[in-house]
Amino acid sequence: MGMPERIRRLVIKEFLAIFRDPASRMVVIVPPLMQLLIFSFGATLEVRNAGLGLYNEDAGLLGRELAAQFRSIPVTFSRIVPCESFADVRQALDTQRVLAVVHIPQDFTRSLRAGRAPTVQILLDGRQSNAAAVAQGYCSRIVRDFALTALARRAIAGKPTPRAIPVTRVWFNENLHPLWSSVPALLGILTNLVTLLVTGLSVARERELGTFDQLLVSPLRPGEILIGKAVPALVTAYAEGGLMILIAVTLFGLPFRGSLPLLAGALFVFLLAIVGVGLWISSISSTQQQALLGAFTYMVPAVLLSGFATPVENIHPAIRWLTDINPLRYMVAISRMVFLEDPSPEVVWPFVWPLLPIAAFTLLSSAWFFRHRLD
Amino acid sequence: MKPRGTHTAQPSGSRHIRPRCVLALARKESYQIVRDPSSLIIAFVLPPVLLFLFGWGISLDPTRIPLGLVVETPSAVTEAAAASLRGSRYFEVREAAHRAELEPLLVGGRIKGLVILSQQYPREREAGSAAVQVLVNGSEANTAELIVNYVENVLQKEMEHQAEARGLSRAGPPVAVEPRIWYNPNFESRAAILPGSIAVIMTLIGTILTALVVAREWERGTMEALLAGSISRAEFLLGKFLPYFALGLTAMMLVAGVSVGVFGVPFRGSWWVLIGVSAVFLTVALGLGLFISTATRNQFVATQAALIVGYLPSFILSGLVFEINSMPPPIRMLTYLLPPRYFVSALRTLFLAGNVWEVILQDTLILALFAVVLWTLTIRKTRLTLE
Repeated sequence: MGMPERIRRLVIKEFLAIFRDPASRMVVIVPPLMQLLIFSFGATLEVRNAGLGLYNEDAGLLGRELAAQFRSIPVTFSRIVPCESFADVRQALDTQRVLAVVHIPQDFTRSLRAGRAPTVQILLDGRQSNAAAVAQGYCSRIVRDFALTALARRAIAGKPTPRAIPVTRVWFNENLHPLWSSVPALLGILTNLVTLLVTGLSVARERELGTFDQLLVSPLRPGEILIGKAVPALVTAYAEGGLMILIAVTLFGLPFRGSLPLLAGALFVFLLAIVGVGLWISSISSTQQQALLGAFTYMVPAVLLSGFATPVENIHPAIRWLTDINPLRYMVAISRMVFLEDPSPEVVWPFVWPLLPIAAFTLLSSAWFFRHRLD
Repeated sequence: MKPRGTHTAQPSGSRHIRPRCVLALARKESYQIVRDPSSLIIAFVLPPVLLFLFGWGISLDPTRIPLGLVVETPSAVTEAAAASLRGSRYFEVREAAHRAELEPLLVGGRIKGLVILSQQYPREREAGSAAVQVLVNGSEANTAELIVNYVENVLQKEMEHQAEARGLSRAGPPVAVEPRIWYNPNFESRAAILPGSIAVIMTLIGTILTALVVAREWERGTMEALLAGSISRAEFLLGKFLPYFALGLTAMMLVAGVSVGVFGVPFRGSWWVLIGVSAVFLTVALGLGLFISTATRNQFVATQAALIVGYLPSFILSGLVFEINSMPPPIRMLTYLLPPRYFVSALRTLFLAGNVWEVILQDTLILALFAVVLWTLTIRKTRLTLE
């Protein structure tokens, strides 16, 4: 039996090991695709449907007008909670019923008419620091705009403050759809997950069942065993990745502005690197629990430091170097670029080439572990 | 030992619980834990490491965001604005004379935004309000908006400052806005992220610890030995649960301690309440692992299931980073089914706001309900007979 034939048979055996069991077959295929549908809508930092408390102590006209302005932004603040006292304010914020409370002071109308500047307080729930920051921006803008309109129609006295007005143009994702950023990132994250699901356990399981020894006494060489274990994972994850790209473009309506061969090539090298990571984990673990531990030990930092949830630049300098060796970080960047930006080769290359040494390292070292942890 | 409230809900098939049996099983399980060091690593090394990753890796406070700046006609006025951007700790500014030089850098995110002070800027500024063009790379939709807001803030502050310095019209705006940030006065995203991340970490730890323990017994054939003795399902599960519960609770206190001691997150609630809520949550998290293990009876599938449910759902849908209120209604509904969601809310409140009973009791009761349902299902699924 020649080498190609031996490998072919082993690959078939490994495919069967994953897909023969209906439960395992289900687990590898269905949840990752479902997660794409769910997570892509979940990964948003926009503020919508939040609660807003209104504590208006001013009986005057201008106070009522300002309060009315806050009632007119139902997308951001869909629930308005009127507050009658500071006790109400505390209650509403403490119980997280509102994200912010706007407090209009008693002398609001009077001061404005007299040309003094009254102070409008915006009380924010710092437990949700990002949403609070966004809400603060919205609320201050409403107050400022209100003051400017009131000035313009000469309802109040005074001079306008100097203002910096940003005229924003967004490139690549013109309407700032959160979905457009999350789907390309999830393509990397979920194909990564599938690869780990298939490779992470393959050796540990055989070791625990005792069938690994049988493999070793067979004429197969370690390199061949490695290929046999790598191919099914690569094929499964690659096929699911293709399906995800299709879903992204058809179901989610994402643009695909870059080159498909480029994304296909990058995804392939990326998955090679992850196969290496999976086999690495698998071959140093002697039980499946250890393999599970290993898989999470890789997966958690890989996702946290990928730029999926928060920007890579914000990572603390002490661990920023980890992003340089994180294959997922490169894949997320490449995927977003190819979907949305149509980058030139010189722009993509710095994200593609690091995957090559990473893949080479993980694959070669897993082969080494294969040979040296045979006992 | 009286079991934690939730286990009393047993189906009629199981007999009552004998403490001696449970303890003997728990002791056996503890030996197994000590023998394989990976459980101890899971409980005592992994949680603090993950906490550091969350604390240092996840931040919404912009720092050193690469930003391009083009000043079309430099003058003293534009220089002041440029200096304010350069001096800000949010940005790392890269300047050029023409926008054509910097625009290509937006592709690939080598700069995340480009600020253009046009020829009209000095004149408009003199007149009161000045338009500033901001181009942003929308591939990271969430950051894009953040960048625009921060650019606006920095430039706005600089203008007000300057107007005040020149004694211009006692620059006070017609209405002053005074933001007050409760619970987190420094407005640090880390103070909000760390307590919440404990929920994700404990979900992970709970799942890894128990996802395989029952399946392992079946696969190794040791289940049969256990069956030879006459133990009830509840006794069996409780014997499995208690050692990991002790391990999990210790790990929980360890990460809470590190958050406060090392990262300086305030803790305004009571530690006893924290222990109580954590105990209920761990009953859920470990129960989830036991359920997976019992339902699959197969380590391979159990491990795969644990990998899928243990991390990403709790990270993305618990409200830790992403806004639950902004998700589309069907997804929002789904988050109600995720226990970490309630633990995130309880932890944030305990750490930053204190013992707010309305929040904490509600979250704890819902978690207890999860525990009852999960344990009832697990006990039902446990088979103590051989086919």
